[in-house]
Amino acid sequence: MPTQAYLLLSAALFCLGIFGALTRRNAIGVLVAIELMANAVNINLVAFSRVWGSLTGQVFTLFSLALTVSEVVIGLAIVILLYRAHQSVLTDSASEMKG
Amino acid sequence: MASQIAFGLIAACMLCAGALAVTSKNLVHSVLWLAVSLVATAALYVTLAAPFLAAMQIMLYTGGVITLMLFGVMLTDHRHDVGVLNDSSRRMPGILAAGAVFGVLASAMWRSGMPTSPVIFDSSTAKLGALIFSDHLVAFEALSVLLLAAMLGAIVLARRHDA
Repeated sequence: MPTQAYLLLSAALFCLGIFGALTRRNAIGVLVAIELMANAVNINLVAFSRVWGSLTGQVFTLFSLALTVSEVVIGLAIVILLYRAHQSVLTDSASEMKG
Repeated sequence: MASQIAFGLIAACMLCAGALAVTSKNLVHSVLWLAVSLVATAALYVTLAAPFLAAMQIMLYTGGVITLMLFGVMLTDHRHDVGVLNDSSRRMPGILAAGAVFGVLASAMWRSGMPTSPVIFDSSTAKLGALIFSDHLVAFEALSVLLLAAMLGAIVLARRHDA
């Protein structure tokens, strides 16, 4: 397969993630969309690693997996705090800092 | 030929599951569609000569992240949010923003000269491990500190202060 096919697939997945992050009102829905975007980036790294015959891209992807997992852990902790404070996980309910 | 068919199937699976994950009205369904998309990504890693990453993808994402997210959905009450899960007034701006980003990325890719025929290389897990524990050792140690910090941070954040 040409490299562009993998890059286009990952770009499409990334844009689905952007759409989700912009339209979701539920904080967990936003997290789901962010996961899609992070996953799209990883596909790029692995595809480049394959094309240039270097394993460094795969090492990067492993590190990025671990980073994404810690991001989800903290994100969900924040969502649970938001729920405790507002009895809702709608992103609109967290508006105390709005000027 | 077989690789083209495999790529087409995996790509179709991944994109459909991704689209359903960001549009589904039910949050549990949305998380499960995300899981389908992530498993399809693991299959793509197998076709890209990265079997260890495929295993990690399934263990960390579908094993860890999806379970965590389902817990998150169930710990927070989302029953009365179902009808307003997607803000329809934001749908058009969302489509426009995503389409614009896709256009920029696709045109950039189209113009860049990428080598099309992948080189044959040794991508065994043994080599990957040797690379991590030699060239990338400092980053690996830093990552373990980050994971510890994330774990402690999550415990501290989610703890009830009155208990």
